[in-house]
Amino acid sequence: MALFERPRTGRIYVTETGETIHGIMAEYATPADLYHASEMVRDGGYSRWDAFTPFPIHGLDEAMGVGRTILPVMVAAGGFTGVGLGYLMQWWMSAVDYEMVVQGKPPGAWQAFVPITFEMGILFAAFTTIIGMLALNGLPRWHHPLLKKDRFLSSSDDRFFICVEAQDPAFDPDRTRALLEGAGATSIELVEE
Amino acid sequence: MTTIHPDQLTAQRLAGVIPGRLPDRPLDPVTGDGTLIDDPAVRAPLVLGGHSFGEVTDIICGYTENKPPRWWLPVFLLSANVAGLGGLFILYLVITGIGTWGLSNQVDWAWDITNFVFWIGIGHAGTLISAILCLLKQKWRTSINRSAEAMTIFAVICAATFPGIHIGRQWMAWMLFPIPNYNAIWPNFRSPLLWDVFAVSTYGTVSLLFWFMGMIPDFATLRDRADRRLRANPQGGPSVLPFVPVRADRLRALIYGFLSLGWRFSGRHWHRYEAAYLILAGISTPLVLSVHSIVSFDFATSILPGWHTTIFPPYFVAGAIFGGFAMVLMLLIPARELYPHMKDFITLRHLENMSKVILTTGMIVGFAYSMEFFIAWYGGNVYELFAFENRAFGPYWWAYWTMISCNVISPQLFWFRRCRTSPVIIFLVSLAVTIGMWFERFVIIVTSLHRAFLPSEWHMFHPSLVDIAIFVGSCGVFLMLFCLFLRFLPVFAMAELKAVMPQASPHAHGHDHAHPSRASVVGAHGDRRGDAPGDPNGHPAPPPPTGGH
Repeated sequence: MALFERPRTGRIYVTETGETIHGIMAEYATPADLYHASEMVRDGGYSRWDAFTPFPIHGLDEAMGVGRTILPVMVAAGGFTGVGLGYLMQWWMSAVDYEMVVQGKPPGAWQAFVPITFEMGILFAAFTTIIGMLALNGLPRWHHPLLKKDRFLSSSDDRFFICVEAQDPAFDPDRTRALLEGAGATSIELVEE
Repeated sequence: MTTIHPDQLTAQRLAGVIPGRLPDRPLDPVTGDGTLIDDPAVRAPLVLGGHSFGEVTDIICGYTENKPPRWWLPVFLLSANVAGLGGLFILYLVITGIGTWGLSNQVDWAWDITNFVFWIGIGHAGTLISAILCLLKQKWRTSINRSAEAMTIFAVICAATFPGIHIGRQWMAWMLFPIPNYNAIWPNFRSPLLWDVFAVSTYGTVSLLFWFMGMIPDFATLRDRADRRLRANPQGGPSVLPFVPVRADRLRALIYGFLSLGWRFSGRHWHRYEAAYLILAGISTPLVLSVHSIVSFDFATSILPGWHTTIFPPYFVAGAIFGGFAMVLMLLIPARELYPHMKDFITLRHLENMSKVILTTGMIVGFAYSMEFFIAWYGGNVYELFAFENRAFGPYWWAYWTMISCNVISPQLFWFRRCRTSPVIIFLVSLAVTIGMWFERFVIIVTSLHRAFLPSEWHMFHPSLVDIAIFVGSCGVFLMLFCLFLRFLPVFAMAELKAVMPQASPHAHGHDHAHPSRASVVGAHGDRRGDAPGDPNGHPAPPPPTGGH
């Protein structure tokens, strides 16, 4: 493995065959192993790394040192946008653009607008939730170096992985490998870009 | 160590396609299949059979990857034909006009609206299970939420058909939405019918989003399995169609791969995914309560006796949950009998819990029925009192008492443990409840309309052939879509299911706080199944199930 320093992209590790290294991938057998390995990687000062598990493991966020997501704030913003737009639409259409008197009520009476305002708020909040979640996760992204690894595909079945990216400032091929191995990895592989 | 293994073999064995199917466990008189533990200090197992994670994946993916069971194609074709027939009658209706419903008076559209409310009510169980039970931390929901959500979507599709075709000029249906048009007019936002348009379309959209988001990881699992088989054998397995070189696994990798949006099970992704799931559950909870409330406003905001009551929103919501759970049970009880290993995921405790929900909501509905009568008498309004006397003792007495016996009396069986843990009895009660809930809407709509204020409006309701065919057709659509769901989509939320298994806890080893004696009883039961940790393909033997942590 060779190390290149490039001014624009930073350090790049390349294999003997000339392929750029994405990172080092370690496999773990149980959720407990992954949990403890994640704590060790977190405490090792790494930032560009990830754990992979077929299902969400309770407490893994803390073991990985993942902070709270901004998603709820986005959803609140989306929801209130929906509420505002929903009310504005009804008010403009029935009290401004085409004034319509129904049952002798003032054209802008707000009471009858509540149900649709509520529904629009929910609709916008729901779309913000799912689109926001995908956007924050960088999805959809149909290609990823890890998905090219045969072994990695069992992360969707019953295996647990940690991948430390070569771009991580704390990354060092030997020390990172030793850390992952010391945490109980059952196999270690290099991941090419 | 897992290598690239052709896990098709395990999947087939577990799905019962090739011999080696494990015998059913005998039922224990006290704990049933091992889940009916009454002691509140003992956590009943949510997944039976002592399966490893790998086996859970193999079983659930097997439902979609293997050849369908023998009953599948006939049931699918039959329901598809019924659906097609209903479609032809809708075509006839559109071409000829809604006079084919016999609309010579104001009672005769009752059928259509009855069906609309019936289906939209059924659609409430899915979101209740996925949203409200999620907020209440009811972990047993993980086995049934996927199919209940699917059922919700299909019920909403059936429901949306009816208002769409009853407007007379169906090609003008777009005028329901605030779309700029040549008349420069807008819909009337003060009409509960328009609220309904927004409520139902929001509900359908949000349910679809919720359902889809839940399936993303499971699509990725199906994608990875197809991909793994393709890497081992680039041919891609047998051809899907004769003479067309489309290989099943290539198709799976493509379609499931596209739908999975590139999900790769990252811990950072899971973190946001779980947050998103909780938020969706939080916003779906008021949504599901609002939808049937708004449907009930269609009636409650009118001045017709029998409709003009404030009890309608809670009463309709309880009725919707009641009917929806009955439909979930009617679909899942046959499914768990027909599909191998499904009883390990949908245990007797699941059935019992749903029966309890039916009992509770049935009592709420029964309370609402009696309270309507009480207020009609206590309110001293002669028109109101007449409407209710007419309901129970008028020309439609038979519909009313069908409703009472199905909705109020039949669920009382669930007071008895033996009844609420017997799949046959639960199925029969669910069938009764479904019939009863259809009659409830029929009673509300028809009996109030057929004796309105003007005697010139007094008519009896007679369904026409077109009425009946379209309703039967909607049942066909529902069953057909559910068959397709069972065949092509992940029937259980695999990721969620694995997360509630005892070995999923990162603290499973070391410090276990469960009661050791009782936990070992449960564990022994889980292990009773002979060669469960089937190891020929390299899956590790599962750790012994424990009482959890």
